[in-house]
Amino acid sequence: MALSTVLETPGAGFNFDNAARNAALEGLFEGGQTPTPLKTGTTIAGVVFKDGVVLGADTRATSSDVVADKMCAKIHYISPNIYCCGAGTAADTEKTTDLLSSNLSIFSLNSGRNPRMVMAVNILQDMLYRYHGQIGANLILGGVDCTGNHLYTVGPYGSVNKVPYLAMGSGDLAALGILEDGFKHDLELEKAKELVRAAIHAGIMSDLGSGNNIDICVITKEGVDYIRPYQESEYKDDRKMKYKYRPGTTAVLTEKVIPLKLEVVQETVQKMETV
Amino acid sequence: MKDYHYTGAVENRFSPYAFNGGTVLAVAGEDFAIVASDTRLSEGYSIHSRDSPKCYKLTDTTVIGCSGFHGDCLTLTKIIDARLKMYKHSNNKTMTSGAIAAMLSTILYSRRFFPYYVYNIIGGLDEEGKGAVYSFDPVGSYQRDTYKAGGSASAMLQPLLDNQIGFKNMEGVQHVPLTREKAVQLVKDVFISAAERDVYTGDALRICIITKEGTKEETIPLRKD
Repeated sequence: MALSTVLETPGAGFNFDNAARNAALEGLFEGGQTPTPLKTGTTIAGVVFKDGVVLGADTRATSSDVVADKMCAKIHYISPNIYCCGAGTAADTEKTTDLLSSNLSIFSLNSGRNPRMVMAVNILQDMLYRYHGQIGANLILGGVDCTGNHLYTVGPYGSVNKVPYLAMGSGDLAALGILEDGFKHDLELEKAKELVRAAIHAGIMSDLGSGNNIDICVITKEGVDYIRPYQESEYKDDRKMKYKYRPGTTAVLTEKVIPLKLEVVQETVQKMETV
Repeated sequence: MKDYHYTGAVENRFSPYAFNGGTVLAVAGEDFAIVASDTRLSEGYSIHSRDSPKCYKLTDTTVIGCSGFHGDCLTLTKIIDARLKMYKHSNNKTMTSGAIAAMLSTILYSRRFFPYYVYNIIGGLDEEGKGAVYSFDPVGSYQRDTYKAGGSASAMLQPLLDNQIGFKNMEGVQHVPLTREKAVQLVKDVFISAAERDVYTGDALRICIITKEGTKEETIPLRKD
């Protein structure tokens, strides 16, 4: 049995197979509104500290001006030693990180090794550049491998930056202010977690697209600590009145009961093997 | 095939309007009226102020809530105040809520072709002392209502008010008249819900309760994120 190709080299150039179909679909919405993709309107941040990497994210997902999800998970699993925060179009960040994760687990199973950060970054960059910005994914990758602790950012057009600390999303400027002020090389674990928490908190308070709770993910050589939520939102919805309805409040206009006539055609008995 | 990168001439216009967010709500009772608004002033994804209420007291018995473009809200309330003074000096009496509503309609329509980007709701007591709510569109169309929500979260609040105050879509429920305490609690609950799901609504809630004794104000905190 020959070893199947682990990862297929993607076809050359841009793949615009769906462009004609998309244009035709848009024609169907004439006069109406095309559905807007769900954007995460986010604050995400990452910091490299002495023993590893800390990633942080808020948990609000917005669909234009309405909060669609109050507890969405923006820190995605890539491999046991690599996690990725995603900002931008929610579907794009989900699917891109899922695809990356699957490809890397095929690699791990074939080679018996944990993937290196540079491999994850290269695969992402390849894919996002190929789609020429059509995939709206702004990603912060953090991980620990045999060469050390790394933090990378990959943009939607395929740009890559290797950085010691970073914030992305609509709340990035507020978070970056905190990071610029508090970052030092080789921070201790608790200080690094507090720095990332404060950065995300600044994003949550200053940016309308970020809010609710804070998730933190600590990646070290020993393992991963995914704390969700690290800090719960201090705002609880304390509505005083009860808004419950008695059964029968909604008017039933007509009721139609159609009995299904069933007859037994065939009966088979299969014994289950239980030890 | 759609052009993804347009390479022709592009016109960049200056827009005279901005959307500053905010939600306003007014409820009319048997002998009271409530006008409530959140206090967040935003632009884009940023917050300008956490303490900018949108209810403005016009007379002892009338409060107006204005949301939309803050610049036009300020100018419009200044114009209304001036007109109220002029009326007081000419006619030796305060304008009634109905009269203010009719006047506002003409003020707004006079700018039909460069509108005030403001969603107005007037709440007050009519000549008989009963609660009155008048809701407007940006060019002056208005009508008297029992309750109305306007601004960014209006689409979320209006159906809830239709159900709880108007008893719409409910069978076999007793139509109890709305008491002042229940109305105030309903307004608070409704804004707490709006702040959960609308990004432009939050920070604090300012409630103005208008009775024949005068206007009382109450402020309660909302989500700040």
